[in-house]
Amino acid sequence: MSRTSPLLVLASLVLLALAAFALALSTGSVAIDARSVARAIFGFGDETQRAIVRELRLPRAVAAFATGGALALAGALLQVLLRNPLADPYVLGVSGGAAVGALTAMLVGAVAWMVPTAAFAGALVSTAIVFGLARGRGAWSPTRLLLTGIIVAAGWAAVVALILSLAPETQLRGMLFWLIGDLSAPPATWTPLAAVVLVLVAAMAFARDFNALARGEMMAASVGVDVARLPWLLFALSALLTAVAVTVAGAIGFVGLIVPQAVRLVLGNDQRVVLPASALGGGVLLLIADTLARVVAAPAQLPVGVITAMIGVPLFLVLLSRDQAR
Amino acid sequence: MTPVLVTRSLAVEVAGIRVCHALDFSVAAGQCWAILGRNGAGKTTLLSTLAGLREAASGTIELNGRALTSFSPRELARFRGLLPQDDNDPFPATALETVLIGRHPHLSRWRWEGADDLRVARDALAAVNMMGTEGRDVRTLSGGERRRVALAVLLAQQPQLFLLDEPSSHLDLSHQVALLDRLAALARAEHRAIVMALHDVNLASRYCDHVLLLDRGSAVAGPAADLLTNERLSDLYGVPLKSVRDNGRSVFVT
Repeated sequence: MSRTSPLLVLASLVLLALAAFALALSTGSVAIDARSVARAIFGFGDETQRAIVRELRLPRAVAAFATGGALALAGALLQVLLRNPLADPYVLGVSGGAAVGALTAMLVGAVAWMVPTAAFAGALVSTAIVFGLARGRGAWSPTRLLLTGIIVAAGWAAVVALILSLAPETQLRGMLFWLIGDLSAPPATWTPLAAVVLVLVAAMAFARDFNALARGEMMAASVGVDVARLPWLLFALSALLTAVAVTVAGAIGFVGLIVPQAVRLVLGNDQRVVLPASALGGGVLLLIADTLARVVAAPAQLPVGVITAMIGVPLFLVLLSRDQAR
Repeated sequence: MTPVLVTRSLAVEVAGIRVCHALDFSVAAGQCWAILGRNGAGKTTLLSTLAGLREAASGTIELNGRALTSFSPRELARFRGLLPQDDNDPFPATALETVLIGRHPHLSRWRWEGADDLRVARDALAAVNMMGTEGRDVRTLSGGERRRVALAVLLAQQPQLFLLDEPSSHLDLSHQVALLDRLAALARAEHRAIVMALHDVNLASRYCDHVLLLDRGSAVAGPAADLLTNERLSDLYGVPLKSVRDNGRSVFVT
């Protein structure tokens, strides 16, 4: 397998991200050309355009990019933690807990800002439950963690089904959108993006340890990786990212599984490349998907989770068959 | 000279079963030890305890005159290396990338592998006769080839103390001999200390100057010449063994 320089790849991903941002900010019910977008961002130009770009499109684009980055990075970290390339940010029940929190808030008719708060609380509660149960009497193994997560997630799924069956018809649509993943009401804040950047920096400090851990616990321990503590760091970082993503946009599937996989197929499995490339790639994928979700069926908005699956699945299958051909 | 590895009244248990107790032995630089015993005698458990990867039930272990428990994982990894019994490779990686894992304890947190590390890794691959496979995905290699790559990881790690769990498993005869020649040379020429769990008592008698016999919860350690006798080995394995002289060497047959 030949490898292109990691810096070159990351630089191209950054350029791709900038292009995706430009596209997201200029497309919509009112088309705005790139120069006007740039002027609007810095507070110049037409007042309406400024309002559209700075108050409507930019927060949503930032939220989409951060969510995609968080999900893909969480997926990459979990795949190392569980030593299973099929792990996904939702496999450990984090999104299930968040869904129960969010849907409960909707069911009792909470005001809008309480839904994400309840989702975040649900994600943390679920993480604490899985963390506590999987730890048991100190013995730790990927299999035990995975099983605990899957069982807890199954429990949450039953509660979600219960809530859906109890919910009045008028609320069902909102609940379903939340469950598929939806960015139409993003929080206007930079916190999610900051969280992704911070987690990425923290994870990069341990990226070479992750490389060793991916080769098995014994191998990692032999070359001096702290195999007692490192899994908990991975778990905490990925749970935090998943909680952030779920809180911003509901449960968006595919990004966390497919982006790290695609990155690995193209760039190999050095975590020092995989982690930043996944974060950038996930951000770009979700930003493009969300732009499409806004315009494809305008004025109706599609749930972005549908679009990520429609882009992600064929893209992944192409990469997979290309890898087999080598 | 300070011994590389010393145990004092070491007791090791796994799942409540005693592997050894009151074990005192000392491994000096340049020595090559074999741990022999039946399946389930606790060879792997003892090796991981000596490597500092699990706690002893009681007693102490010293590496280079210093308590094992006072080493950080990183310091430990620069002093001792362990070849695990099983290799698992869930993710794609080239043979060279895999061997570079051995350089991990020698690099600070943000450093990338440099030209020196690449040279060490390539030499290690060459030493296990795997040059030319640098770019191959390890998952496409055969069991024996993966075993040799795992051994190259250990060589690239360049520890003082080599702990190896069944290094010859999956290897064909020629590679078994090549591998043990290589390890014996490391002990002799570079004064590394070698402790390995072996299945084949004849490999132990040919290559090791000392042995540690694990038998139903007790351990005996000493020079190979004293311990590798018909009586002891027959008792250890529970099958009658006798030695045959061939070319000035003892060969044990059933």
